[in-house]
Amino acid sequence: MTIDIRTATIQPRRQTYANVARRIGADKPASRYEESMFDMQATGEFHYRPTWAPEYELFDARRTVIVLDDWHVLRDPRQFYYGTYTITRSRMMEASEKAFAYAERRGSLSAVSDQWTELARHYLLPLRHYEWGANMNNCNITDIGFGSAITQAAMFATMDRLGIAQIVSRIGLLMDGGTGTSLTAAKQDWLEHPSWQGLRRAMEDLFVEPDWFQVFVAQNFALDGILYPLVYRAFDDEGQKQGGGAISPLTEFMLDWFDETSRWVDAVMAAAAKESEANALHLSDWAASWTARARQALEPLATEVLHDREGEVLDGIVDDLAARCRKIGLRA
Amino acid sequence: MNAMPPLKQRKLSLKERYSHLTRGLGWETTYQPMDKVFPYVSYEGIKIHDWEAWEDPFRLTMDAYWKYQAEKERKLYAVIESFAQNNGHLNITDARYVNALKLFLTGVSPLEYSAHRGYAHVGRHFVGAGPRIACQMQAIDELRHAQTQMHTMSHYNKFFDGLHDARHMHDRVWYLSVPKSFFEDACSAGPFEFLTSISFSFEYVLTNLLFVPFMSGAAYNGDMATVTFGFSAQSDEARHMTLGLEIIKFMLEQDEGNVPIVQRWIDKWFWRGYRLLGLVSMMMDYMLPKRIMSWAEAWEMYFEQAGDALFEDLSRYGIRKPKYHEVASKEKHRLSHEVWSIFYNYTHAAAFHTWLPTEDEMKWLSAKYPDTFDKYYRPRFKCWSEMAAEGKRFYNPTLPQLCTTCQIPMGFTEPDDPTTICFRSAEYKGERYHFCSDGCKDIFCYEPEKYVQSWLPVHQIYMGNCGGAEVKDVLDWYHLNFGVDNFDYEGSPDQKLWDEWQAQKAANPV
Amino acid sequence: MGKVSITLQNTDEGRMLVDAIVADNPAAEVSRMPALTKIDCEDRLSLRRETIEERIGRRYDLQELQLSLISLAGNVEEDDDSFTLAWSRGASPKHS
Ligand SMILES: [Fe+2]
Ligand SMILES: [Fe+2]
Repeated sequence: MTIDIRTATIQPRRQTYANVARRIGADKPASRYEESMFDMQATGEFHYRPTWAPEYELFDARRTVIVLDDWHVLRDPRQFYYGTYTITRSRMMEASEKAFAYAERRGSLSAVSDQWTELARHYLLPLRHYEWGANMNNCNITDIGFGSAITQAAMFATMDRLGIAQIVSRIGLLMDGGTGTSLTAAKQDWLEHPSWQGLRRAMEDLFVEPDWFQVFVAQNFALDGILYPLVYRAFDDEGQKQGGGAISPLTEFMLDWFDETSRWVDAVMAAAAKESEANALHLSDWAASWTARARQALEPLATEVLHDREGEVLDGIVDDLAARCRKIGLRA
Repeated sequence: MNAMPPLKQRKLSLKERYSHLTRGLGWETTYQPMDKVFPYVSYEGIKIHDWEAWEDPFRLTMDAYWKYQAEKERKLYAVIESFAQNNGHLNITDARYVNALKLFLTGVSPLEYSAHRGYAHVGRHFVGAGPRIACQMQAIDELRHAQTQMHTMSHYNKFFDGLHDARHMHDRVWYLSVPKSFFEDACSAGPFEFLTSISFSFEYVLTNLLFVPFMSGAAYNGDMATVTFGFSAQSDEARHMTLGLEIIKFMLEQDEGNVPIVQRWIDKWFWRGYRLLGLVSMMMDYMLPKRIMSWAEAWEMYFEQAGDALFEDLSRYGIRKPKYHEVASKEKHRLSHEVWSIFYNYTHAAAFHTWLPTEDEMKWLSAKYPDTFDKYYRPRFKCWSEMAAEGKRFYNPTLPQLCTTCQIPMGFTEPDDPTTICFRSAEYKGERYHFCSDGCKDIFCYEPEKYVQSWLPVHQIYMGNCGGAEVKDVLDWYHLNFGVDNFDYEGSPDQKLWDEWQAQKAANPV
Repeated sequence: MGKVSITLQNTDEGRMLVDAIVADNPAAEVSRMPALTKIDCEDRLSLRRETIEERIGRRYDLQELQLSLISLAGNVEEDDDSFTLAWSRGASPKHS
């Protein structure tokens, strides 16, 4: 049944929720991002202190040294809410599925030279543990971060990192015929091989870092900011030259993801830096010290894959990261 | 260069694939001690010897997660879109129905958000990859529920009152401290108790009572948008419920010493959840213009019968039915009537409208509650309706005393005497605390240091923390529009507008 | 023992699943409500992928069940070919 009522009588009485109207004005409809992101988290009238951190409220802005008047300035330029997030990722994954299906059907990884396969197993597969660590760090931000703007985007990042860990694992399964032996070996590398220990140690230190904003900068800006261009661009380019080109389509997801996610990471840091000199200083310090540490941690791997080009490539990546810093108002 | 011979690719079963892609992701940290990396897994006294023993029956990996969830979202937003475009709110049975949505958006949707954060906490802090991933998936699912509910209700908010500031109200309004304190109680507990409270007691044992009748009721009352978000959310619920049952079995199987701890949590959270569902009971029996089943019937189907099978299954671990379940069953013939009466008395301070049931509705209530309705509640409603007819509509002018644990005004009756209000009290550090029931008193007495912290709305008003001393000051502080959001449905702006639409509809038959 | 139960949406796919469940579990009791259907069965209830594929005429992945499920009661056991709900999966508790 259709209902025919003169449109005059069914004019909306209000455009959006009052909390959203207080932020964007009452005279216009709000976007889906705004209606489902603003003010979702409680900020007061808490009943009980968490038994696991009784010195804090359940959600507490004092869990980082960064100070913001309104935590909703940490907006996500992608304007992801759950629906747009999952739809975006499922599209990206569809493309990856095609690459995997092709590789599986054609056995295309067997065209990769032994040498490069050996190297790829060593530089790529242990990254599933790095991603799991990044999942943990972003989950921590979702847990103790303040305000729905940053925490919901961190939730998406949490799941992204699990997804990427699983893509890396699937590459391993393609390499070992589905037996999982490559994954066992990769874990061994992660736990014991000297080239991986700097990165593992950095991750474990982040697991116990109490300031969540520092974790954000260290993980999502500095470590990712060096690791992603190094592994998925520089190592991959090297692979193209050495007969490893068949691996590239399988890591396309990571490149697209990194480009997209960096925008969010930069926007968050820029907004926090803009608010105060003190914030900008903390962020600059964290960015600088974690960039240095990330570079150091990844040098041994870079040498193994790139040999004498290691220094030049890392210099380039670090320069790019410094340019990102300056663009968002940090000193670099 | 000599290329390897093509590898024969084994087709992996779901189980093998999941295990390769998930297990082994975590590692024993060595640069930082494990108990510093995972500081919260032992303080509750639960002992886990082997995290790898965790089995996730759904074995969902992220590729499948993104795929299926995106499909659900595409369908859901198509419905939300067309609902808004076609002014779907005009198709509901009666505008009184929207009051159930108001209660839902202010009372339940913020809980979805709290669940999102609570599961993120456990998703970070559990040791094993399997249970952590299950928690993380639930964490993002719960964010989904909160967001899809905001999006679905967005259209209703444009046309009806009382939906405009859900989060603000949830944190402040007196009756909303019932769901708020319930969830904060869970989130402030350790990770194992959190899962017992929300995944098991709430999702597995009680959530059917909230969602299934509510969504079925929405369908019956012409609200297709709510049906769609509800069922779309429920499709995640099967996974969540399973997490609830799995975590309980996991704890019980890992160590015999866990059994009494888990039993105590089951007792506590059953009662806490049951009290919260009092709000649902009145929604089912009083707020749906067309009713599906009574609260008593729902309780029989979803707790008494389903609970029997469940607790019989768990009895092999030495777990028994939750304490005071028999009290809940005794109360099933009066719960909804008592709760609706409280709201009728305090409707001037509520963000939704109330009304007295019509004669037809009372007939339905008599039939569903043959032993209690005509005897106790019909006379009460008759009296109130006579008073209203004389222009002396009954409001309770005094602030109610609240139960320190569940925070509901004292209005429940003695388990064996439906005519006497049940009062219990206990002393702690020289102060006296009041409770609605033995269940609530027991919960307090086990952890008094927790419940003395309760942000009790009535105490807060007396302490001057709620905008002022006058009712209108407090309502302002709640962001409740006086004379618009509150009072009877009869005479409300909602009703006026609805009647206009109905008149137009009648004048323009299609 | 007790009854296990599964509740599905009244969509095209949901109805087809109800059909398949009844075919695989003759003892199942079906109750239809507005917008949903609840199926109860003594002790256990099993749904086979093949039975669904016969009805749907394409390959069916049992994980697709998640698109139609509303609620369930019982221990879940899922593999590539079947989805089972049952009480008392393990015979006795295995304490370590
Ligand atoms: Fe939910
Ligand atoms: Fe109580």
